Amino acid sequence: MMERLTGAERQIALIICVVMAIVGLVMAAAGHGDPMGSHGAIVLIAAGITTFFVLRAIGEPEPAEDRTVDYYDDPTKAGLVIALFWAVVGMGMGVWVAAQLAWPDLRIDAAWSSFGRIRPVHTSGVIFGFGGNALIATSYHVMQRTSRARLAGHVSPWFVLLGFNLFCIIAASGYLMGVTQSKEYAEPEWYADIWLVIVWVVYFVLYIRTLARRNEPHIYVANWYYLAFILVVAILHIVNNLAVPASLTGAKSYSAFAGVQDAMTQWWYGHNAVAFFLTAGFLGMLYYFLPKRAERPIYSYRLSILSFWGIVFFYIWAGSHHLHYTALPQWVQTLGMTFSVMLLVPSWASAGNALMTLNGAWHKVRDDATLRFMMVAAVFYGLSTFEGSFMAVRAVNSLSHYTDWTVGHVHAGAMGWVALITFGSIYSVVPLLWKRETMYSWKLVEWHFWLALAGTVIYVFAMWNSGIIQGLMWRTYTDSGTLAYSFTDTLVAMHPYYVARACGGALFLTGAILAAYNVYMTIRHAPEKRPERDYPTSSEAVEPAVPAAE
Amino acid sequence: MFRKILSPFARLFEFHARTHYRTERHSMALTLGIIVAAGVGGFVEIAPLFTIDETVEAAPDMRLYTPLEQAGRDIYIREGCYACHSQMIRTLQDEVDRYGPYSLAVESQYDHPMLWGSKRTGPDLARLGNKYSDDWHVRHLVDPRAVVPESVMPQYAFLLDRTLETENLPDRLAALRAVGVPYSDEQIANAAADARGQARPDTDAADGISERYGDATGVRHFDGQRDRVTEMDALVAYLQILGRLTDAAFANQPLGEE
Repeated sequence: MMERLTGAERQIALIICVVMAIVGLVMAAAGHGDPMGSHGAIVLIAAGITTFFVLRAIGEPEPAEDRTVDYYDDPTKAGLVIALFWAVVGMGMGVWVAAQLAWPDLRIDAAWSSFGRIRPVHTSGVIFGFGGNALIATSYHVMQRTSRARLAGHVSPWFVLLGFNLFCIIAASGYLMGVTQSKEYAEPEWYADIWLVIVWVVYFVLYIRTLARRNEPHIYVANWYYLAFILVVAILHIVNNLAVPASLTGAKSYSAFAGVQDAMTQWWYGHNAVAFFLTAGFLGMLYYFLPKRAERPIYSYRLSILSFWGIVFFYIWAGSHHLHYTALPQWVQTLGMTFSVMLLVPSWASAGNALMTLNGAWHKVRDDATLRFMMVAAVFYGLSTFEGSFMAVRAVNSLSHYTDWTVGHVHAGAMGWVALITFGSIYSVVPLLWKRETMYSWKLVEWHFWLALAGTVIYVFAMWNSGIIQGLMWRTYTDSGTLAYSFTDTLVAMHPYYVARACGGALFLTGAILAAYNVYMTIRHAPEKRPERDYPTSSEAVEPAVPAAE
Repeated sequence: MFRKILSPFARLFEFHARTHYRTERHSMALTLGIIVAAGVGGFVEIAPLFTIDETVEAAPDMRLYTPLEQAGRDIYIREGCYACHSQMIRTLQDEVDRYGPYSLAVESQYDHPMLWGSKRTGPDLARLGNKYSDDWHVRHLVDPRAVVPESVMPQYAFLLDRTLETENLPDRLAALRAVGVPYSDEQIANAAADARGQARPDTDAADGISERYGDATGVRHFDGQRDRVTEMDALVAYLQILGRLTDAAFANQPLGEE
């Protein structure tokens, strides 16, 4: 793929690789005897591998292609394949941690295999590895198509994609070595955090520069969401990860915040990682791929506006609902609860907008599993946002908090919404990118759909049951006014649900493996077909069907 | 009437849609709009927590973690204990009855980061200190199911074999001071020796502990091994101080005691 870069671009890539190799070497030397040293070695190896590919291409002749007639899809393709790889790894880890809760001895006699260390590998693996790569890859695709312009630059998209994956690898390997800040979904230590900031700034510049090249007067709604995703994740990431390292030659750092302020900052981050990573970005996917696949325009432009700004404004306030009845001041809890309830309006506006878009195309939902993935994703989005607002109510939260109900809620969103919309998008974009007629096997897509749906439903029902049962058992009193159940009593009651949850997760994982196989076979064996009208051009479109404001 | 109530909202919506139709042609206008819209909530909720004095109660008897306890806390974080154990007793009757007085903000005043947790796969640990013997903790950490047959907790036997690394403790305490924990120069300078001394009461190193951290500090062989200081010593020392840094919560809620 490096042959498509010009000589100058190859040189820039080479310089970046060499700088990375030096950074890796310094980290490895300075951090010797500390996990940071191992991370230095990982950086060095990653830089070495990239250097190898760049060097192999550096003597090649200049590319002959005309860059004005085509989109630049190589990084998108790579990103999608990497996303599928992370899906299998992350979900595989998920099944393992779930199984450990049902059968705690299902581990080896090594520190790294305990629940506490592999659980963040699961969460980061699916959120950042699978979700993040899918977001970066689809954002490259969507911003080019909706702008009708080629990516602004050929090195920076690779830098963002590969740099982000280096972050993911450092994160996952760090957890196994015990490197963690303990902040949920922000566990990686200070040097990984700094690296992600660099990657993210390049990502933002790339996005804005591509938008600046656009041949459309208006910026399409999908891009608003991707833009919000990039911007707000940067703000959240920087603030929540403010920390002072114990030494520059070691991984350990201490958060700048303590106690109640730290708790609020963490859940401001944590809840908005859900909002701007797992919702805004994927809504960008939904707003592009669902109407495209259904061949119907978005139902309502105004609903899109309403829901977009509603989500951007309301979500930020909602984090404190993670801290009901804690030492966080009551006024902050109440604000969080209020905004969480109001959040239902823009959330359902989005879900409704997506479902109404399908009017006139419901026969396609019946026949086409790819579109059905996206339809069910929109339904799960609506369900889990309702559940979220409900659980944010203080009285409900007193029961649900600290129990598996929260875990079930998160997975209704993560499996039912995030993963399904991603798989739907992957199935619709892979044939286009690799210039194939269709996916290799529509039957496998159909199988994947039902496995994923069954897995999600089993998982969520198991967690609803265990969460509500445990919450009720904790607060049950005997007639004499003492607590009726010990903590271990509740643990015993959880066992069947933990088994069911592991089974649900295994079904979902099976579906992801089928997806990876299907994509591989599509790239290798599906018959070729050049897509029509998939190239950058000046706009021929009329203005959107909205009454002109003036 | 209904129409009248709704009309201002309809006008606002209309205005917003029209403005948006124009601004969505400018990527930088969108960028600014997103930053402003997303910035408000966080600022309003977080900034006052640093300025309003009542947010964190006063507790004059609040003491700091000793180097050994801080090392144990770092191990607690390293092993991901926070994924299954909360350290935050909510203001609910059943939680107070089960775990003890509800947690106060001041109790985690020096916790960088806080470990309030989000999930109780295992019980809350905010008031774990002095609830069980050191020996119970060691046996439980080595093989949880030998002590509680129904437990699903992983085994941490390897902590008994790993010598605690104390050389980095001065750096760690200094970093904690940089973020606001009032360790003195003396405490930082003696951090490594203090950590070893707290787990070896019969050595000279143990002398300075009570001087620097108070007489009530537990100085003993936490893991039962007399000849060395292990990671188990540190973790148990930390678990035994949980909820005991200050009596504020007990003083605050005399009825909270079970």
